[in-house]
Amino acid sequence: MQDNQTPDTVLTALAGALASGGVQLVDLTRTLAPDDPTIVMPPEFGQSWPVRIERISRYDGTGPAWYWNNISFGEHTGTHFDAPVHWVTGRDLPRNSVDTMPLEPMLAPACVIDCTEACDKDADHLLTREAILDWEAQHGQIEPDCWVIMRSGWGDKTGAEYANLQADGAHTPGPDAEAIRFLVDDRNIQGFGTETIGTDWGQAGHLSPPYPAHHYLHGAGKYGLQCLTGLEALPPRGAMIFAAPLKIKAGSGSPLRVIALVPGGTD
Amino acid sequence: MTRPVPPKKNPLLRTQVPLLPPQPRSLRGHLLIAAAATGRFALQRCAECGTVAYPARDACSECLSPDLPLTDVPAGGTLLSETTIRNTADPYFRRLTPIRQGLIQSDAGPQIIAFLHRDCTPNGRVTLSLKLDAGGQPVVFAFPEGPAAPDAEEDPILRELTADPLHARILLTDGRHPASVALCKALLGAGAAHIFVGVAERWKPSAQIDALAAVEGVELIDLDPRDERSVMDAAADLAGKIEIVVNSAYHYRPGSLLDSGAALRIKDMMEVGALGLVRLSQTFGAAMMGRGADGDRPALAWVNLLSITAQLAHPAAVTYSAAQAAELSVAQSLRGMLRGGGVRVVNVFHGALDIDWFEQVPPPKLGAGALSKGVVDALKRGLEDVYLGAEAEDFRERMDQNPKEVERSRWT
Repeated sequence: MQDNQTPDTVLTALAGALASGGVQLVDLTRTLAPDDPTIVMPPEFGQSWPVRIERISRYDGTGPAWYWNNISFGEHTGTHFDAPVHWVTGRDLPRNSVDTMPLEPMLAPACVIDCTEACDKDADHLLTREAILDWEAQHGQIEPDCWVIMRSGWGDKTGAEYANLQADGAHTPGPDAEAIRFLVDDRNIQGFGTETIGTDWGQAGHLSPPYPAHHYLHGAGKYGLQCLTGLEALPPRGAMIFAAPLKIKAGSGSPLRVIALVPGGTD
Repeated sequence: MTRPVPPKKNPLLRTQVPLLPPQPRSLRGHLLIAAAATGRFALQRCAECGTVAYPARDACSECLSPDLPLTDVPAGGTLLSETTIRNTADPYFRRLTPIRQGLIQSDAGPQIIAFLHRDCTPNGRVTLSLKLDAGGQPVVFAFPEGPAAPDAEEDPILRELTADPLHARILLTDGRHPASVALCKALLGAGAAHIFVGVAERWKPSAQIDALAAVEGVELIDLDPRDERSVMDAAADLAGKIEIVVNSAYHYRPGSLLDSGAALRIKDMMEVGALGLVRLSQTFGAAMMGRGADGDRPALAWVNLLSITAQLAHPAAVTYSAAQAAELSVAQSLRGMLRGGGVRVVNVFHGALDIDWFEQVPPPKLGAGALSKGVVDALKRGLEDVYLGAEAEDFRERMDQNPKEVERSRWT
C-alpha cells in the first residue's frame, strides 16, 4: 500500500478498476465434467472418483418447479487445490487441511513461467532451476508467498491428449526435484500451480524423491493448484490469483473455481 | 443363416404392440420353468413308481404319490398326429398362424402336445425340448430327430422361443470387459448385423479397445454406465435400434469385509454393476420393452454377465459378491419388466475368469472364448439362466442339492 492509500481507497480503486476493465477477471478453471481425465492409480489402490452428476429433479414428478443435481467427485478432481495434509510429508503440520488453512494464501500474486514452446516439443519437458533463474533474470526475482505457475499449454488439451497415458504411465510436463526445492527453500513461495493433472511431472514416480513437487511443497506447508487453464491471459507477473478451496472437514484438497485478477487495458 | 437381411423399418407404419401368449399356469407347472430356463428336458417323475407326468400334476396318476420331483428324462418321441391352426381368437397367436401342433408319444412315457418344428414329418421321430415363451412360461417344442437343416433356425415358432442374434443390432455395454473382443467376434460369427460397443473414459489407452475398433462390424461409442448423462446420450442415439443388449459392465476388485475401504470398493463396483444396470434399464430397457414385436426386427434379449458370487458370497471377494448380488437383484427386476414386452433377460453366471485378477486361482477357469460361445448358445436356445464353465456348473449342481453345504464349504 502506498503512503497515500488506505484500505478503503485500495478496495474502492479495485472496484473501480474491475468495473472499468482496468483489472479484468480471468477464469482459470476447467469445467467439472464426467469425461474430464482424473488421476489414475494402479488398480489395486483406491481410486479417486471422477465427476458424477445425478439429477434429483428437473421440473418433474420428483420436483415440479425446480432443477437440481446430486454431485460426487474426489477431492482431487478437475481444477483443484492440494493442501499440505494431502502428502505424507505434510501430515503433521499445523493447519494443514483445507478447512483449517489460513485465508491469506487464497488471494495471492502469481509468477507465470511460460514453458509452452518447450512443452509443445516435448511432453516430458522438465522445468529446471536454471530455467527459473533465466525467468528471474528477465522478470525479476520471485517474491515470497506467491504462486508460481508453470504454463505448459496443457490446459488447452482434452481427453486422451490431456492425460497422455502410455504403457509406462503419464507423459506430461512438470518440475524436477531441484526446481521445486529451489522454489520452496530459496524463494519461499506459497504454492506451485500447473495445467496438468498433478503438480508433478508425469513420470515423477521415477524421480528422487518420487513426486518431488508433492514431497517438498507439502512437507513445507505449501500448496498445489492443478488442472488450470486459460493461463495465456496472465502476464509473467502482476496477476493476483483467487483460489479458495471448499471448506471440507479435514479435507486434503478440493475442486475450486480459480479466478485471476489481471491488469487490463488502460483506456 | 439363410434369412435375408430385414428391410429398413417403414416409419409411416405403426409399430406393433408386444403381445404375450396366455400366461396362466398351475403352481406345479412352474416347476417346468426351471428346466426350460436352463435348457434341460425335465419332467416330473414319481419317486414311488417311476411314472413320468405331463402336464405337471400334484399327484402321480398311477399311484397317487405326491412325491413328483423334476427329473431329467429322455427327450425322444414319435409324432402321432398333428394339426395346423390357421385361425385363432388369441391376439398373440393370430400373428403367428399357421401354427403346427402335434401329439407326441414321448419315450419318457406321457403323450405330449407340442409345437412342431416345420421340418417334423408325419409319424416321424422327434426330439422334445422345453422352451420359455415370450412371456417366460414353459412350452414344449419338438424338433425333428437327426441333423438340423441349414435353415432350421428360421422356423417362425422357434424364433419366437429364442433370441437368435442373426441380423440383430447389438449393444455391448463395456468394451473393457476381458472377453469383449471374443464376444463381438462370436456374435458377429452368429450373424449379428452390427455391434455398438460402449467405452467409458476413452482417454485411458487400451490395446483391447484398439483391437475392438479393428473388428469389422464393431462401432465404438461413448458409454459410461456410471454416468447418467452418458447413458442417456447413448440411448438417445441407439435405444430405438438395438435388438440385443449384452451388459458386460465389469469392475472386479477382491477384498474382505474388514479391509479398510471395503464400503467404498462395494460402492465403486455397484456404480458399474447394479446402478449401471438401473441406468441402462431406464433408457435402453424401456425402449426395448416397446419394441418386442417390432416387425422384422423385434427387440429380443438382454444378457447380463454375472458372477456366481452374486448368489453366494465368496470369502476372497466379499465386496465383489455384495455388488454382484445387488446387480442380480436388479437383473431379476429387469426380467420381470421386460417380460411384458416379450424381451427375454438372460443371466449368464460364471466362476473365476481366466484373467490376471484370478491368477492365483487354480483351474478350471473360464476363458473368453467359452464365455462368448456360451452367450451365443444361450441366445440361440432361448435360455434364461446359464452356468458357464466347470466351476459354475458344479456350483449350480451343489446349490440345487444343498445350498447350506456350499455355504459352509466356502467359509471353512
